[in-house]
Amino acid sequence: MLTLTHFLVLGAILFSISLAGVFINRKNVIILLMCVELMLLAVNTNFIAFSHFLGDTAGQVFVFFILTVAAAEAAIGLAILVVLFRNKRTINVEELDTLKG
Amino acid sequence: MNFVTPDFMPAMPEIFLLSMVCVIMIIDLFLKDESRGATYVLSLIALIATAFLSFSNFSTESITTFNGSFILDPMATILKIAICIIVVGVFIYAKDYLKDRNMYKGEYFTLGLFGVLGMMVMVSAGNFLTVYLGLELLSLSMYAMIAMQRDSIVASEAAMKYFILGAIASGILLYGMSMVYGVTGSLDLATINKAVSGADRVVMSFGLVFIILGVAFKLGAVPFHMWMPDVYHGSPTSVTLYIASAPKIAAFAMMYRLLVDGLAGMQADWQMILIILSVLSMVFGNIVAIAQTNIKRMLAYSTISHVGFIIMGVVAGTQAGYGAAMFYAIVYAIMSVAGFGMIILLSRAGFEAENIEDFRGLNQRSPWFAFVMMAIMFSMAGVPPFLGFWAKIAVLQEAINSGFLWLAIVGVMASVIGAFYYLRVIKAVYFDKPTDETPIQASMDIRLTLSLNGMAILAFGLYPTALITLCISAFA
Repeated sequence: MLTLTHFLVLGAILFSISLAGVFINRKNVIILLMCVELMLLAVNTNFIAFSHFLGDTAGQVFVFFILTVAAAEAAIGLAILVVLFRNKRTINVEELDTLKG
Repeated sequence: MNFVTPDFMPAMPEIFLLSMVCVIMIIDLFLKDESRGATYVLSLIALIATAFLSFSNFSTESITTFNGSFILDPMATILKIAICIIVVGVFIYAKDYLKDRNMYKGEYFTLGLFGVLGMMVMVSAGNFLTVYLGLELLSLSMYAMIAMQRDSIVASEAAMKYFILGAIASGILLYGMSMVYGVTGSLDLATINKAVSGADRVVMSFGLVFIILGVAFKLGAVPFHMWMPDVYHGSPTSVTLYIASAPKIAAFAMMYRLLVDGLAGMQADWQMILIILSVLSMVFGNIVAIAQTNIKRMLAYSTISHVGFIIMGVVAGTQAGYGAAMFYAIVYAIMSVAGFGMIILLSRAGFEAENIEDFRGLNQRSPWFAFVMMAIMFSMAGVPPFLGFWAKIAVLQEAINSGFLWLAIVGVMASVIGAFYYLRVIKAVYFDKPTDETPIQASMDIRLTLSLNGMAILAFGLYPTALITLCISAFA
């Protein structure tokens, strides 16, 4: 039988993978965007699990909003990525170093 | 389950602003480039009307509507009016700068107005959902505004950095919210506040840490400040102006709503964390600012130190302390909008007055604006009789009243260190030979607004009682 703990552990693992991905990845901005999306999905897992086991629908409603915002966020993120690539001809994270000080 | 129509009246300013932005967006589609001024004028009218509607909506009681997800209290009304007025200033300063750089498009104004809507929702949020939606509406508008200068390498890089870090911060904030939701069983801040005492301590602290992390990022407190210097430096100055001013007021309101309205029962826990953030921000911001030669970067580090002071007011944990922090946030926004306005005043087509060197000998080029610059810098450093002094003294006083004497001492020491780099700018303005003799080309409306802005810093500094009393009364 699956309990709340199982889902929370799954959420925590997904969240950790996404955070680790952000910090370990030094090559590609697109992977950073994927990590951000994964982080939001980890949160969604948490909310749905809590919502189910508490018998309260508010958490599921929140998830719909997070999904919508995540879609808008991905659209803006990719648009900025295109602008960045046009200017710098690279999407390597290590080469994003024009601004320093 | 029966459906009850919610009371729309408390949210009237937001509803009005939303409809106005949609109308402006459609009108802008049909405008030719030479008649873009119509968008600008309509945006200003929308903002002023929103401020007026908020004012007429004022109530001394706290009213909630939409099932508790929207709160209208004196704090919300005052902050909304402050946000609208400051963004009016931002738009006036930005207009000519945008024209000179071929960015005078409707997007700047519509995105700016959507950002204002986001800030107003954040200020009035009574539910995790409204906090999050307001925050994202503001953040998404700001990411797009930075990237508007499409051919600039630094602007696109700044936008990317801000986007990635901002999205991670929202993710972390949401993770904290999910934890708090799990233990308290509610998204509503008032209900959470009632449930805190009976909830599991460990999970609550876990969620609290994540929430504070997200809030600290949005405020730009050390150690979550890494984005601020790069974003301030890389964005076009017209956008830096926007990012640096009003959103800090909204971030203060978000901190208040989440920590005081929602998690007041955990005060002992969040006070500890906020003290660390406050000390680090004040000390680190002021010390690193000394090493900067770019004035936008210098103001970014100065912002970090100001954020430390705002947090100090919240640390005090009393009604008067929140009032002082709110006063500080408004004062900071007024000073910051004036500071970046000065950079815009000295910039012209093809030239950015970004470095401290560009302010050399300003006194010989224009004694009046040299005086305004001096007022801004003295006010930021906290020299009486300028406005910034009263903000600092209000916060320090509340910290001492709550028994955080050593925190107040750290704050004073940090501002003494900070005085050095503000005075360096004043020295450049008054005692150095001008390297750039070109007369100031800014148009009349910028000159007038900037003079008014500088005078406000001086006048409110000479007669601070009204503004302070207003802020304190919002929490009484």
